[in-house]
Amino acid sequence: MAILGAINPMLSLGLDGDNAWRLADYVKRGGYSALKRILAEKMPQEQVINEVKKSVLRGRGGAGFPTGLKWSFMPRSFPGEKYVVCNSDEGEPGTFKDRDILRYNPHSVIEGMAIAAYAMSATRGYNYIHGEVWEIYTRFEEALDEARAAGLLGENILGSGFNFDLFAHHGYGAYICGEETALLESIEGKKGQPRFKPPFPASFGLYGKPTTINNTETFGSIPFIMSLGGEHFLEAGKENNGGTKLFSVSGHVNKPGNYEIPLGTPFSTLLEMAGGMRGGRKLKGCIPGGSSSPVVPGEIMMGCTMDYDSIAKAGSMLGSGAVIIMDESTCMVKALERLSFFYYEESCGQCTPCREGTNWLYKVVHRIENGQGRPDDLDLLASVTANIMGRTICALGDAASMPVQSFIKHYRDEFAYHIEHKKCLVPLEVQRAGSGFFKATV
Amino acid sequence: MLTPDSLKRIDREIAKYPADQKQSAVMAALAIAQEELGWLSSEAIEFIAGYLGMPPIAAYEVASFYNMYDLKPVGKYKLTVCTNLPCMLTGGVDAGEYLKKKLGIGYNETTTDGRITLKEGECMGACGDAPVMIVNNRRMCSWMNPEQIDKLLAELE
Ligand SMILES: Cc1cc2nc3c(=O)[nH]c(=O)nc-3n(C[C@H](O)[C@H](O)[C@H](O)COP(=O)(O)O)c2cc1C
Ligand code: SF4
Ligand code: FES
Repeated sequence: MAILGAINPMLSLGLDGDNAWRLADYVKRGGYSALKRILAEKMPQEQVINEVKKSVLRGRGGAGFPTGLKWSFMPRSFPGEKYVVCNSDEGEPGTFKDRDILRYNPHSVIEGMAIAAYAMSATRGYNYIHGEVWEIYTRFEEALDEARAAGLLGENILGSGFNFDLFAHHGYGAYICGEETALLESIEGKKGQPRFKPPFPASFGLYGKPTTINNTETFGSIPFIMSLGGEHFLEAGKENNGGTKLFSVSGHVNKPGNYEIPLGTPFSTLLEMAGGMRGGRKLKGCIPGGSSSPVVPGEIMMGCTMDYDSIAKAGSMLGSGAVIIMDESTCMVKALERLSFFYYEESCGQCTPCREGTNWLYKVVHRIENGQGRPDDLDLLASVTANIMGRTICALGDAASMPVQSFIKHYRDEFAYHIEHKKCLVPLEVQRAGSGFFKATV
Repeated sequence: MLTPDSLKRIDREIAKYPADQKQSAVMAALAIAQEELGWLSSEAIEFIAGYLGMPPIAAYEVASFYNMYDLKPVGKYKLTVCTNLPCMLTGGVDAGEYLKKKLGIGYNETTTDGRITLKEGECMGACGDAPVMIVNNRRMCSWMNPEQIDKLLAELE
């Protein structure tokens, strides 16, 4: 089981045993009672949306946009089909929570999407699932079959007259499809290239119809908000940061894995839950919200709490809640080189600043790492990022630039050392020991 | 070109989308074709395009855009190792190097007996289980230390 620890959990509560993901177990945990009540009471749509607003649930996919507000953008009186779409593309390096939600609690997402569909008069939904997790995709399909067989999806759900059907769409390896408009293009059977905004999906989404896109964890939180009440959910976190959240902790800790904690929990507590630093080494830096969020030096990170506001104050973003831990054995130039390669590989190529810029960023960081750096390379990197930021169709351009800017800002000496001495500041044997890979045989 | 079983699976995918949006099933259809044929030749892509009533060029665009489609033949087993940063910190890159040495090939190469193709992959959404790798796009293997890798290689006959 990969949800390794929790404080006052909701999404990961009671997920014991091999059948926790099944409909029967979910219902035993109180599942589908929120949907049933809404349908039985014919709760006004406005009331559902207000409850979500009260909860101050902020989108768990990366941007942290208030979910209730997003739902209120859907046009009321649109005559045709409307869609709700779940983003389970989870490709942001460091993030692996949606996989566990779909693996252990898929019905929470199905119920959350059905409630969302009810509140916005959508009759069809899709869940876009990351290409690399085939087993999770097949499990979700099985969960959908269970829900359909129990009359919880399809026509006239539980005799209420409400129709909603939901299908899974399997991705096939493109990080950019996590961007919501690229994801819609991809469902339409095209290359996953982001669209110009506006128009926003709420007015022109899937097949040109009004569409709301939320992250897996966002939808999975909805049943809890509707059962416990928006205020209760808000109080489970902290002001302006409603609820608990799953954090995916990876890198140099003893127990990498998912942890569900109230927003506002000290970072030091999360680090402790994850078994502390591997080998007792010192925390050098932390990327707190997935690879696109700026790196935060260890000492600053130790003073943060895990919520949108505290991490923003530290100069970064809570993003998807992917906490990448790097200890003293990490070569920061090599770390950045790998990330820059990723963005260069995954740029969809339709904007020149992103296509050319990500190529430059990778080339220059690569040559610094490989002892070919030039004295003015750090200035060159700064100017390339300045030429990308804010000049592209989607946020991938910014996502590629922010790691470069923040790594150089906080570890400038290490980059300068590479350029001057043509080698890593951290000795290679130390780096090698850090990964722990060879300890099993040596 | 495809078995009735594969066509049935493709039909099931088509049924997920509105009747006038058959093209939405192209990703799944290409994946199913690749699963049966091993890789996607031009003929396979054109067949899928024809089956879904879309222009062949549109199906090519999709097949070449997404990383998991193979437009060239690969070995009996395709092994994709995640080397992105979170995995790298827990041995993802080392696992790749270990495999290269054991198999005597580099990334994007196939062993001379046609058994294994090695690929470098991006984040698979499983970083907590590093090192991770995927066999033939379908089976994810977690916590792949040298011992586990040896076991896997012995199994992939
Ligand atoms: C390059 C890029 C990749 C993204 N990847 C994901 C992703 O894997 N999962 C996700 O939920 N959101 C991702 N997003 C954010 C989505 O565009 C969108 O904001 C989100 O799915 C909305 O859901 P939320 O409001 O519930 O967070 C990505 C954005 C960008 C620019
Ligand atoms: S910013 Fe990059 S990834 Fe986004 S649309 Fe432009 S080229 Fe594509
Ligand atoms: S970085 Fe390897 S699975 Fe995420």
